[in-house]
Amino acid sequence: MKLDPAIRDQVLGAVPSLRAFAISLCGNIDRADDLVQETLLRALAHIDSFEPGTNMPAWLFTILRNLFRSEYRKRRREVEDADGRYAETLKSHPEQTGRVEFNEFRAALAKLPPDQREALILVGASGFSYEDAAAICGCAVGTIKSRVNRARTRLADLLAIDSVDDFGPDRATRAVLAGGGRS
Amino acid sequence: MPESDAMGRPLTPRKTEMRLGREAQARIGQQLRAMYEAVVNEGVPSHISELVRRLSEQDNGAE
Repeated sequence: MKLDPAIRDQVLGAVPSLRAFAISLCGNIDRADDLVQETLLRALAHIDSFEPGTNMPAWLFTILRNLFRSEYRKRRREVEDADGRYAETLKSHPEQTGRVEFNEFRAALAKLPPDQREALILVGASGFSYEDAAAICGCAVGTIKSRVNRARTRLADLLAIDSVDDFGPDRATRAVLAGGGRS
Repeated sequence: MPESDAMGRPLTPRKTEMRLGREAQARIGQQLRAMYEAVVNEGVPSHISELVRRLSEQDNGAE
């Protein structure tokens, strides 16, 4: 039985976002593309377990995340590509954001604990609801919310973005952290 | 650095640290989406669209 073209198009339609998610997890385009490819192989081999009418991107993201997690455990001893070749390998840089600012943001994001980073990306960039993000990560909705909040607070600290008040008591600390983060 | 807010209530470091302003949140969100969109805008790489097309022509897509 050949794959329903409508399903195939749904899969293809999710690929750009799936790649962006994979790159944010791996910090490396080549590994991310391998991960996407492996995800698609697995998804299409088990397409019968996808319920038509449900959220295709969420289904694919769940598979990709699980693959990444099991691969990550295997590769744990390998040096993490924290800084990544991400920016170098991107064909285009984000508009409206200078290269320096973009690199700083990426470096700060790489410093977040993986759980917080993936939660923030799923909700803040991929556009999933807290409920979908919780399903993708296999955790409670409240856990996702708190991870996203902690990720935002930590990023603001790392980037020395002013918090709610200009006279925040940790301003000096943030400046030091931001200075140390630049290389 | 003031020890109290406009209403004279003492500022606790913890509170200011935990609350992230709307503007800060907006800036983080904007940078996050810009980074993500840069990849999304690359579309589907040809080797991936070929892979999906090939697999979808096969029996059950299994390989």
